[in-house]
Amino acid sequence: MLTIKNLQAKIGDKQILNGINLEVKPGEVHAIMGPNGSGKSTLASVLAGREEYEVTGGEVEFLGKDLLELEPEERAREGMFLAFQYPVEIPGVSTINFMKTAVNQIREHRGQPALDAVSFLGLMREKMKLVEIDQSLLNRSLNEGFSGGEKKRNEIFQMAMLEPKLAILDETDSGLDIDALKIVSNGVNKLRNKSNAVIVVTHYQRLLDYIVPDFVHVLYKGKIVKSGTKELALELEAKGYDWIKDEVSVA
Amino acid sequence: MMSVAVSEKNITTEIASGIEKSLNAASSDHALRKEALESFRNLGLPPNKAEEYKFTPITRSLEKNFNFATQNPVSKNTDVSAYAIPGVEADVLVFINGVYSKEASSIKSTGAVTVLPLQEALNTKKEIVLKHLGKHADTKADAFIAWNTAAFKDGVFIHVPDNTVAEKPVILYHIHDAAQGQVVSINRNLIVVGKSSELTVLEKFDSTGSANFSNTVTEAVVAENAGFNLYSIQNDNGPRYQFGLTQIYQTNFSRVNTYTFTLSGKLVRNNLQFVLDGEGIESHMYGLYLLANDTLADNHTVVDHRKPNSFSNEMYKGIMDGSSKGVFNGKIYVRPNAQKTNAFQANRNILLTDKATVNTKPQLEIWADDVKCSHGCTTGQLDEEALFYLQARGISKETAQAMMLYAFAGEVLDNVKHPVIKEYLDNVISERLHKNF
Repeated sequence: MLTIKNLQAKIGDKQILNGINLEVKPGEVHAIMGPNGSGKSTLASVLAGREEYEVTGGEVEFLGKDLLELEPEERAREGMFLAFQYPVEIPGVSTINFMKTAVNQIREHRGQPALDAVSFLGLMREKMKLVEIDQSLLNRSLNEGFSGGEKKRNEIFQMAMLEPKLAILDETDSGLDIDALKIVSNGVNKLRNKSNAVIVVTHYQRLLDYIVPDFVHVLYKGKIVKSGTKELALELEAKGYDWIKDEVSVA
Repeated sequence: MMSVAVSEKNITTEIASGIEKSLNAASSDHALRKEALESFRNLGLPPNKAEEYKFTPITRSLEKNFNFATQNPVSKNTDVSAYAIPGVEADVLVFINGVYSKEASSIKSTGAVTVLPLQEALNTKKEIVLKHLGKHADTKADAFIAWNTAAFKDGVFIHVPDNTVAEKPVILYHIHDAAQGQVVSINRNLIVVGKSSELTVLEKFDSTGSANFSNTVTEAVVAENAGFNLYSIQNDNGPRYQFGLTQIYQTNFSRVNTYTFTLSGKLVRNNLQFVLDGEGIESHMYGLYLLANDTLADNHTVVDHRKPNSFSNEMYKGIMDGSSKGVFNGKIYVRPNAQKTNAFQANRNILLTDKATVNTKPQLEIWADDVKCSHGCTTGQLDEEALFYLQARGISKETAQAMMLYAFAGEVLDNVKHPVIKEYLDNVISERLHKNF
């Protein structure tokens, strides 16, 4: 589904990604961990198409297409979804109207007719239950005045509405209390199936108790320096990152 | 410098001598006009860089583009359907090239509410008209006001007696047909809303052809406990130069909402001045300017709190595209005995290009010590992070921009109360902002 080969990227003069290789297949969950500043969020941003980052080398293929050639909205329409680390507040744009526009532009891209108001509301009610989000919140301006937990739940609600092939959760767990973490993880788990995949970018092993990964990758200095199964995450939690850094410097 | 000063004097002289010829000693408002003319001569049109016209070179523009010795062409076009707001029940007065067109107008209100062309009212309702006319718009303060008072052609007179609700709005269409030559129109409105009465008025400006200028002064006297809504829609196809003054005088417990929408034109100067001469007054000023090309729109507002316990709130928002220029100047005066005044002001701007500019200046002068006043102005570009967020959900960049601009403008639109007018404005603004969602 997603093949990343030797991906390199910089922001301004600062080189951040130094040759990432990653293969994600349908049905898989990949966790990307690593110390602060290792390039985790940069990787998520580059995949979603954030303009500030300049790709300086490598290639990314997503569902048979050259991802790096696509505009951010085209990536989303092809089935990529980024749950933002810091969801943006947009005054005057309600989540409902915003989602209706997004759903219908994606449907148009897929050659499907636009949803009418009734079908849209029906779909919305169904997805609201997944993340236990209240409609009054969705009637309000997008994320404006939302708590941290409400913003993250809104991200997963949007993910549920758009049914992406590949979801990238960029530190969705940071700052969540345990109740919110469970709700968000539950939502993600209910959305998982054989044909979609998830990349979880996180600092904390705790999330991986709820969203259980098939693979865990450690990112350090812009490269994946170690890959393993969920046990690797437990080891990182127990021992920290220093032993990985030592391994890298010895190598 | 010398030559500029001399030519400015010339245009004032040219206009003044035209007015002089038009004066009629037998008319009921002769004294008012004569005094205003003298004031006009004394003041002269504002020279380049005059403090109140610092960013708006209106005199130079008039000098360059108009010949004030010529007459307006007579327009045969009396079909106003292209400019009319659809589906609104109203008393309609149409002014074509500054002249009242009885044929195009439709005044249905009879009985208690008086709606008349001002010239007719000066004959038939002389007493009440002369009691208020020129008592609020200060001819000594601004040459354009003096010019208007000395030379106005026509306009509307509306009188709502005490305890009367004017069910239908009064709509004034100011249409300039400058296809056959330059048009200069001087219009004057007088609106008197009686005690515990209600009235809504809408003014709409449209033009075709090239050189056209209008100078419109509206005086509104809003009595105790009365409610008054005034809409102004400036959306010319032609490059209209425009000076407007709306002077509102409010007394105890009256409520006034003004809505100023500037959507195009060449040079638009709006003076909006409120005198809050009572307690328990509420005044809301809403403004939206969506500018493109080389339009210049200058909103100067004054709110004068003269008595305690009143509330004023001002919200002006602008989106500047192309090489357009926005100007906002908001003065708030709180007089020494106007304690417990609440006065708020906000001016927010979005610049869509590097060439677009805005100059914004709040001026608060507060002599009372127990008041709540605040002002805020912001100018910026569209938030890139928000655009990316919308795009990351599959929304095209164009739609994302339109969504954000519409949301920005929507904050003003949300305050429009009249449903049909609101729908009309929503459509116009949606189209302007390429709303496709």
